[in-house]
Amino acid sequence: MRSEPPFDPIARAARIAARPVVLEARGLGKTYPGAKGRVPALSGIDLAIRRREFVTVVGPSGSGKSTLARILAGLDEHDSGEVLVDGHPVRGPGRDRGMVFQAYSLFPWLTVMGNVMTGPRFAGNGRDAARSIALQYLELVGLEHLADRWPHQLSGGQRQRVAIARALANEPRVLLMDEPFGALDPHTRATLQGNLIDLWFNIPITIIFITHDLDEAVLLADRIVVLGGPDADHAGGWLRETITVPLPVPRTPDVVLSPEFRAVRERLDSLIHPAEPPRPRERIPVYRLAAAGDDVR
Amino acid sequence: MRSQVVMMRWFVVRGVAPGAGWGFVIVGFLAPLLLWCAVSYVPWLWHPDILVESPGGSQTFAAGMRVPVAAFAAENAALAAAGSAPATGQAVNPVFLPAPHAVAVAFVTAFTTPPRRTGDPWLHESLLHSCALIAQGFGLAILVGVPLGILCGAYAGMSRLIEPFTDFLRYLPAPAFGALAVAIFGISDGPKISIIVLATVLPTILVIANTTRSLDKALIDAAATLGASNRQVLLRVVLPGIAPAVWNDLRILLGAAWTTLIVAELIGQMSGISFFINQQGKYRNYDFVFVGIIAIGLVGLLTDQILAAIGRLLFPWKRTS
Ligand SMILES: Nc1ncnc2c1ncn2[C@@H]1O[C@H](COP(=O)(O)OP(=O)(O)OP(=O)(O)O)[C@@H](O)[C@H]1O
Ligand SMILES: [Mg+2]
Repeated sequence: MRSEPPFDPIARAARIAARPVVLEARGLGKTYPGAKGRVPALSGIDLAIRRREFVTVVGPSGSGKSTLARILAGLDEHDSGEVLVDGHPVRGPGRDRGMVFQAYSLFPWLTVMGNVMTGPRFAGNGRDAARSIALQYLELVGLEHLADRWPHQLSGGQRQRVAIARALANEPRVLLMDEPFGALDPHTRATLQGNLIDLWFNIPITIIFITHDLDEAVLLADRIVVLGGPDADHAGGWLRETITVPLPVPRTPDVVLSPEFRAVRERLDSLIHPAEPPRPRERIPVYRLAAAGDDVR
Repeated sequence: MRSQVVMMRWFVVRGVAPGAGWGFVIVGFLAPLLLWCAVSYVPWLWHPDILVESPGGSQTFAAGMRVPVAAFAAENAALAAAGSAPATGQAVNPVFLPAPHAVAVAFVTAFTTPPRRTGDPWLHESLLHSCALIAQGFGLAILVGVPLGILCGAYAGMSRLIEPFTDFLRYLPAPAFGALAVAIFGISDGPKISIIVLATVLPTILVIANTTRSLDKALIDAAATLGASNRQVLLRVVLPGIAPAVWNDLRILLGAAWTTLIVAELIGQMSGISFFINQQGKYRNYDFVFVGIIAIGLVGLLTDQILAAIGRLLFPWKRTS
């Protein structure tokens, strides 16, 4: 029996860096119209996502994570910088960048099968060809037995798996996911994280995954992009730091116990929840305590 | 306590129980009917007139006349003072409110005995003619209004181009164009259909535009990231996405079409159900007037229920759970 060589994170980072860049953002900036002129939501974002990379994006609420995802997907306009796919600048959405939304966004008038078929159908495939492609991806997410259901007959977890299958059936270069598991209970979320790791390991896909769950961010990522919220030096969201996770893939949930995981997790904590001066604790008025009544000891 | 909990359930907004069954539907129809019966058959509830049976010594009354209760009493007092025989009569409702049984009888009569004046249309002929007008007028309005509405809802430019002017036109009462319509289309069905089109196409455009705009933008975003072209978004996402709502909009607009019809039919040569009702009114056959009015209601109710059932077949994904 041959023993595995020890994992070398630096060597792995070098292997990733040698791969071609699939999706690139150069000096990306975006403003929204506000009450007093335009308000920046995002500025100076430089990113290069390499083939088969799994990048998670974290940051405080309002730091522009969704805005970034929508710009990369081409759904929102940006007002400075550019987005490149395989080195070519892109404007507007396209089948090369699939997206999965937190709110599922399945087409309610199509069955599960019909939903997964839409991408291939839009691309001009015939009904039968589209159906066989869709079936493969439904099998990949383990939902082929629900092919004839309507979306409203599915649970949240099932809907999100259908949405993932639908996006993947188009064989996009990059899959963008904006808090896809944000609305799911912890158990379902853990299951879907496992499914996603398997998917990513088995099919040639590059993933950009937005989340506010820091454990999730570390568990899934090759690399974590940390956005900063508005502060004294920045009017909107900005690129704060990029962290490479020094753990082998594919990962199982027990990596949370490893010292490398803890180290990355603590770094994220310090970036996203900087130690604030402790605020005086609000005292609950006595009459409300009395009204609460029941003794919970 | 229990009854309190049950009571509370009545006030749960969009809650499930109670009153979801057929019971309330039946009550909804029965209650006004019972009220009508009560007013018709219980003398002391209303009955403001006296139907004279024998005039007695009166010079002014004749058998079969309807006079107000007060006038009847005054006349009888005068007759008593003069020593003449008093008039006799029965308390009745005014002639314009026939009793339910009279209307029921008239309903049967309208279908079984030929119209009083030869050449006048039967009730069902009048109704069919009205339905044909609605079908042509509202059909044309749908053909023009639905596509325009969808374009307005889908494209801001179209919305700017069409909606404000439509909103202006909408406030001009369509029947006011009657004289113009007669001048252009003659006096038979042409002007009537054109008035129905004019009155229904404008609200159709505005309502459908709004329905189109209320389609969840996330679905359009999803389609765009799946590689849909603009054309595909319109044809494969917007159209199926709004179809059930459009169907319901049209059901409601059909009701508006009937309202216009009644006025439209008075333009040029009077026809259809309006002619029937008007004619019966002239003969003072108010029971037949009621038959005409109720017949419109029944036709409307029936078509609406049929359309609702078709809608459920067409859009199975709207609640099958
Ligand atoms: N349509 C809009 N109009 C104006 N401002 C907007 C709009 N959408 C987002 N913003 C602003 O842009 C900033 C970034 O928003 P964004 O939704 O990208 O944040 P986020 O990082 O995804 O937050 P969260 O974690 O809460 O989802 C916020 O300050 C927000 O108020
Ligand atoms: Mg967000």
